[in-house]
Amino acid sequence: MHSSSLGRPMPAPSRRSVLRGIGGAAVLGAGIPLLSACGGSGTAVDPKTVSLGSNASDAVPKKAFAEIYAAFQKQSGITVDVNTKDHNTFQEQINSYLQGTPDDVFSWFAGYRMQFFAAKKLATPIDDVWQKIGGNFPDAMKALSKGEDGKFYFVPISTSLWGVFYRRSVFKQYGYEVPTTWDQLVALCKQMKKDGLVPLAFGDKDAWPALGTFDQINFRTNGYDFHVELMAGKASWTDAKVRKTFDNWTEILPYHQDGAVGRTWQDAAQALIAKKAGMYLFGSFVAQQFTNKADLDDLDFFPFPEIDPAYGQDTVEAPTDGFMLSKAPKNTSGAHKLLEFLGTPEAEQIYLKSDTSLVAASNKADTSSYTALQKKAYATISGAKHLTQFMDRDSRPDFTSTVMQPALQKFVRDPKGVDSLLASIERQKKTIFASA
Amino acid sequence: MTAPTNAGVGTGITSTPGAAAVPPPGSPNDMTTHQKKRPRVPSGHRRLLTRRDRVTLGLMAGVPTILHVALVWLTALASVALAFTTWDGIGFDSIKWVGLHNFSELFSSNPQFWPAVEHNVIWFVVLILVPTPMGLFLAVQLDKKIRFSRVYQTAFFLPVVVSMAVIGFVWQLVYNPDTGLINSLIGANEPGHYIDWIGDPDLNLWAILVAASWRHTGYMMILYLAGLKGVDPSLREATALDGANEWQTFRHVIFPTLRPTNTVVLVVTIIEALRAFDLVFVFNKGAQGTELLSILVTNNIIGESSRIGYGSAIAVVLLVISLAVIIPYLIATFRKERRA
Repeated sequence: MHSSSLGRPMPAPSRRSVLRGIGGAAVLGAGIPLLSACGGSGTAVDPKTVSLGSNASDAVPKKAFAEIYAAFQKQSGITVDVNTKDHNTFQEQINSYLQGTPDDVFSWFAGYRMQFFAAKKLATPIDDVWQKIGGNFPDAMKALSKGEDGKFYFVPISTSLWGVFYRRSVFKQYGYEVPTTWDQLVALCKQMKKDGLVPLAFGDKDAWPALGTFDQINFRTNGYDFHVELMAGKASWTDAKVRKTFDNWTEILPYHQDGAVGRTWQDAAQALIAKKAGMYLFGSFVAQQFTNKADLDDLDFFPFPEIDPAYGQDTVEAPTDGFMLSKAPKNTSGAHKLLEFLGTPEAEQIYLKSDTSLVAASNKADTSSYTALQKKAYATISGAKHLTQFMDRDSRPDFTSTVMQPALQKFVRDPKGVDSLLASIERQKKTIFASA
Repeated sequence: MTAPTNAGVGTGITSTPGAAAVPPPGSPNDMTTHQKKRPRVPSGHRRLLTRRDRVTLGLMAGVPTILHVALVWLTALASVALAFTTWDGIGFDSIKWVGLHNFSELFSSNPQFWPAVEHNVIWFVVLILVPTPMGLFLAVQLDKKIRFSRVYQTAFFLPVVVSMAVIGFVWQLVYNPDTGLINSLIGANEPGHYIDWIGDPDLNLWAILVAASWRHTGYMMILYLAGLKGVDPSLREATALDGANEWQTFRHVIFPTLRPTNTVVLVVTIIEALRAFDLVFVFNKGAQGTELLSILVTNNIIGESSRIGYGSAIAVVLLVISLAVIIPYLIATFRKERRA
């Protein structure tokens, strides 16, 4: 039911993992201090092994990472002992995992989610690793890898990209032009509706896709800085600027696919594949749904059009995945070597050969093997002035999952009650952000 | 330690682990040393139990008790305590006492809380009004020993055997707005006349309740069938002799004798309504229109940076509602037993 793709930020736990989670919170919670107390006095550490906790449970990334670790072993003689967990389970258990006896290195997401655990002292800074790999990454990636204290905690490896996806053949058939401004987008939506197409495919059953739509419209309307402040709980949701975002959204909402709250993003993608929908605002991993090679070659995207000329299209949503160093790694020097290797263009290339729906985080990686879509995504990311992660990676996940997801589902269903909705969001936000 | 040992033979095995008057975990050892002094001199009422028996009994009653207390009582009490705090689940120093704040927040500004309470109530009302009479009706019909009665029984009971999660998946296929059975048949998956069974808050709760009722009917049918088997055949004969028609027999004779079954049915239905979770979670995760208390608890507690205090507060509300229902029932039952 759930894809464990990169942009799928909200865990939707299976029943078993729910139970495990409850057990973890209740029982392990009590045992944590004991565990960590005796963790330090472990037996002699094997300098030739680094343990790694991985959420890459899907076949494609799992195989790709295994190839990276094999290359690392060949180069350094250090074995990577991989402990792979189901993608969703890994996310749900991350709290108790990091507090217990985590592996030396673990896979995680950039942005607020990384900073959160860094601030909780559940990760070790890796500034010395970055001294070696710093040259491999653009500035936007460097900024994404830093904790609130300014130290590096994260080695990025791959990035997906949010944009408006469409099929070239459909645009050609009807003679559509790629819109670059808001007015053009609205006009295009109107035209598509006239032509009998669903202008914008949309599925929000999993509740997180609408977060991405909000992100695009908000940073185009109000700019990156305001978006970041809003995500950090500093700006108010009752601010007129936010209201403006929702007004814009309301304007194009009628052109979205009917009944979004009952549809998964995969089903929405089917509308694009079947050429029933003209466009689909989504992450680049939508390409995974295009199982037919000819359809995939027909897939293209454009960055979300400009709304306010003051901000243009300077911000791009690019959720990034990578690795962190746990709080008390057993084999620190080995782990450092591994992280250095993961930060090289070679490691990224090995990965991206297998998974073509993503692009490298490094700007040194060889892009010659990229598909046309990957090349375009890569160019869009490197040209961006600011990168955002995704609402629940840029903000507190508890806020986004318990407040924003239901609120945006409500908005999508019924856009009329915006003011009371925003007041309610602001009230709940204050409590949640005050509790930390 | 002598008195409880003997009493423990009865209570330790038959009663629930939590209520058992069991020796504390240390007692088997105490008894071991005690026995060594006077080996194999069984005297008085203790002779029935050898040392081995006592160790076995101690373990049989003690281990489940410890597990029960630790996993049920302590965790329940811990959630009650946590309901008055905020905690993100990381380290114990981040637990902060906030008094009744979680509750005031819950009652005043959580837009999902009151709908969730309402939906739990609707869940109960619908289950008691629709599938329960249906189950009774089916049971009465099947009790008449009609042909293929076993086949019908199996057919109606089948949904009860299947797990709720699977039922959720199956009904999702029926309700899927784009490719589902219903919309494909009636052509309601086209723009313009689109029926969103899963996402529309005016529809989705009822859509799920159809699935829940589908299952509950079989459950009720089996309970009532069991009850009907207990009806004295001579009562039926007597009514037949008196010339009562079928409805009169049912109304004045059969139904009143089903009273104990009705109590069980009521309790079972209340429990079903309060613990409703799996079906909805699989169906649409408690999105607009299908919020339930159990789902709010899960959404707040599970995940990478949890609101454990807040989620516990919702759990406490659920606990209080459950207790308000269960305690009167238990009091009534025990009173009856004492009288008997």
